[in-house]
Amino acid sequence: MTIKELDQVVVRFSGDSGDGMQLAGNIFSTVSATVGNSISTFPDYPADIRAPQGSLTGVSGFQVHIGAGKVYTPGDQCDVLVAMNAAALKTQLKYAKPNATIIIDTDAFKKADLEKAAFQTEDPLAELGVDPDRVIACPLTQMVKDALADSGMDAKAVLKCRNMFALGLVCWLFSRDLEIAFNYLRDKFAKKPELAEANIKVIQAGYDYGHNTHSSAMNVYRIESKQKEPGRYMDITGNKATAYGFIAAAEKAGLKLYLGSYPITPATDVLHELSKHKSLGVTTVQCEDEIAGCSSAVGASFAGALAVTSTSGPGICLKSEAMNLAVIMELPLVVLDVQRGGPATGLPTKSEQTDLLQVLFGRNGESPMPVIAATSPVDCFDAAYQASKMALEHMTPVVLLTDAFVANGSAAFKLPNLADYPAINPPYVPEELKGKWTPYMRAENGTRYWAVPGREGFTHILGGLEKDSQTGAISTNPENHDLMTRLRKQKIDNIQVPDLEVIGDVDDADLLIVGFGGTYGHLRAAMDELRAQGKKVAHAHFKFINPLPKNAAQVLTKYKKVVVAEQNMGQLAAFLRMKVDGFVPYQFNQVKGQPFVVNELVSAFNEILNK
Amino acid sequence: MEYTAQDFKKGQPRWCPGCGDHFFLASLHKAMAEIGVAPYNTAVISGIGCSSRLPHYMATYGMNTIHGRAAAIATGCKVANPNLTVWQVSGDGDGLAIGGNHFIHANRRNINLNMILLNNRIYGLTKGQYSPTSPRGFVSKSSPYGTVEDPFRPAELCFGARGHFFARAVATDAPGTVDILKAAYNHKGASVCEILQNCVIFNNGTHDAVYNKEGRAKNAIYVKHGEPLVFGENNEFGLVQDGFSLKIVKIGENGITLKDILVHDAHCQDNTLQLKLALMGDGDGFPVALGVIRDVEAPTYDDAVTAQIEEVKAAKKYHNFAELLETNDIWEVK
Repeated sequence: MTIKELDQVVVRFSGDSGDGMQLAGNIFSTVSATVGNSISTFPDYPADIRAPQGSLTGVSGFQVHIGAGKVYTPGDQCDVLVAMNAAALKTQLKYAKPNATIIIDTDAFKKADLEKAAFQTEDPLAELGVDPDRVIACPLTQMVKDALADSGMDAKAVLKCRNMFALGLVCWLFSRDLEIAFNYLRDKFAKKPELAEANIKVIQAGYDYGHNTHSSAMNVYRIESKQKEPGRYMDITGNKATAYGFIAAAEKAGLKLYLGSYPITPATDVLHELSKHKSLGVTTVQCEDEIAGCSSAVGASFAGALAVTSTSGPGICLKSEAMNLAVIMELPLVVLDVQRGGPATGLPTKSEQTDLLQVLFGRNGESPMPVIAATSPVDCFDAAYQASKMALEHMTPVVLLTDAFVANGSAAFKLPNLADYPAINPPYVPEELKGKWTPYMRAENGTRYWAVPGREGFTHILGGLEKDSQTGAISTNPENHDLMTRLRKQKIDNIQVPDLEVIGDVDDADLLIVGFGGTYGHLRAAMDELRAQGKKVAHAHFKFINPLPKNAAQVLTKYKKVVVAEQNMGQLAAFLRMKVDGFVPYQFNQVKGQPFVVNELVSAFNEILNK
Repeated sequence: MEYTAQDFKKGQPRWCPGCGDHFFLASLHKAMAEIGVAPYNTAVISGIGCSSRLPHYMATYGMNTIHGRAAAIATGCKVANPNLTVWQVSGDGDGLAIGGNHFIHANRRNINLNMILLNNRIYGLTKGQYSPTSPRGFVSKSSPYGTVEDPFRPAELCFGARGHFFARAVATDAPGTVDILKAAYNHKGASVCEILQNCVIFNNGTHDAVYNKEGRAKNAIYVKHGEPLVFGENNEFGLVQDGFSLKIVKIGENGITLKDILVHDAHCQDNTLQLKLALMGDGDGFPVALGVIRDVEAPTYDDAVTAQIEEVKAAKKYHNFAELLETNDIWEVK
């Protein structure tokens, strides 16, 4: 047996939706992160509610990229593909590198399985052109049955442990310490210790199978950890990080956190997560529709809470009117849009960046609204915190854009210390203004004061009708409307956001790569690859989109060539062209519902460089 | 502290002269003063429409929001701050057409809101289109040949949504209106008050049968919990059960005495007879029922939300963000 050292490796677990691939992938990620590897994960779910077992549409995948140094994406293609059945092999092979190791369960490649997966012959490997030497073909189901023969578990429960055998095998392949996985399972199944022990037994069986039967033929690998940043870590998905960001912001601001929401993929996990934490006083209301989700949040904001509504693109369409109400009433509100494939119902489980122009401009009237786009699963925490702070301190709705990719992906999250985060100070109306105050009186930065019901001496009526800037009464005065429109715009323009950061060949890049939100990792990885090829390239990534960072125009006009790469048909490029005189970038646009592929980015950018 | 109606008044209402909303507003000011909750602990939340202008004439906290969403906005307001007394004001279009979904769900959840439905059976602000409470065949600008649809009957919708409180008053009847508003406040949970209100411009006379005192004496019955259901200028008529229906009888005729008359039970869980009372007067020869028709105690949503938070706080060991982090699988990189 030889042990080879690797810098990074990508593993993809795939199987039927019910095969527990997400759990196996999660445990492998955690085991890897625990030893200090960098991780980035990507769960790839089928959109069907429950496709027939063994069918092509029912395949679920979980890809994890682990690295000795920093990894920014879940990886384009995998080095190891686990295919728990014939359908998985057929649909997932395209995500495997040509020389990838493939692990299959031969018990799930019987005639019926092959038929369900629409194979024409009885030799699926030959049919797909897979070299059998790359394949670890094992009677996995049978071995799981054998391992649990004395467990007293019923047949169905035994089969549910198949994923753990695959996990054990992968752990062997990468010389992973099984104890960490065992501890994870003992913790997860703390209330069902017999289930934990059964799973542990199967993992060990998988590991031993690899060790005993393939040691001589296969290499095993180690991924050492470099550039370790000491600290305490947990694995976190983007949606969970978003929820945590809201909780942290509410605590810092000393406010109740209110979420008004309606279930929608892929945003629902935020509702799930926040609903768990009533012990922190979090109030969640699952409303009758998207409109009520946003409307009730506006009501909660009026009542003095940190109000949040969460949704995905189709929900934004429905919430728009209530978002606009928060604009004209100048109340704090965070609107989370976990973007998915559109239009209409579109691709509910897949990722796109196609809501940018909708959240910037998709409302009636002049309706300026800050937009922040989280750049990674972990960044969702900071982005949610920043969006809350911005909303509360500037008395405005703020849109927080994430997407299915960052929302469902996970990475190691260094536990934050709330004391290190900036204070949140809403502009509560000063007591000395009692008797003189009117609802649209503004602080120095143009922000309306907040008078929360329950305070004596500050009763007032807000509303969706235009108000007089001085008295707060309904007004249709033309000059006043023009003034109020400008004041609302100025208030947003006054918001301070961090400068746009440029990385890479900052001073002399031949090409600046520009993107926003969830594509950060892929664009960064593409830049690294181009620089490794000797090209002069830089990368600037927008997290704050409205208002734009003050240096945006200067950065965008500094380089010979600029490409705006985004998962839409050019929405950020259009917005930047509107905001920056004479800015005419190259564009790279892809709307496949899948993450960018770094290699495709590299060749597209090379083409631009060669023009 | 004692309040007067004046403490709740603000501004000069801009409704048409003679509009039923003027009458209702005066009753609301009076009821609020009698209820005694401070203006600064009161929020009045409306949608859009003539009647939804109402918050602008209140010296309380409030919002005149967007069309149809008042109940949803009021829900968030009440849940986020249960200490506020929240009044939600809508017209028949705002509450039952564009806002119908929020109306039924606020009732189903039984959130502690006082929900006012000013019903003039017409869209006034958009100048005269039929509403979801306009009768079949109603001629309006948008139905020049008459509507071909049946109206909602608000009580039926409220009961269908498992509503626990329904009362009705005529806008011009100040004592009757103040009574039901106070009862709505005292009821914990969603309290629907249907106010029969006349639109002098686009639907004048829609409630004529009961709009003045004389009409009500003939055509209305004031229902009161625990009292016999009698009506008429000299209370000479009464209601009795007749199989699955109600029947009007004359006291003193055919041996009928006051003891034979059905006694109103607003607290009865089963809403069958309450619904029958609420639906009377639709050209069926029965009087229109006014007063508190249904008033049944039930757990409220906002109380339950608060109670659940307290329960979970007591049961769980983490109570701040730092402690929340510790509930995860954590590893240390050294």
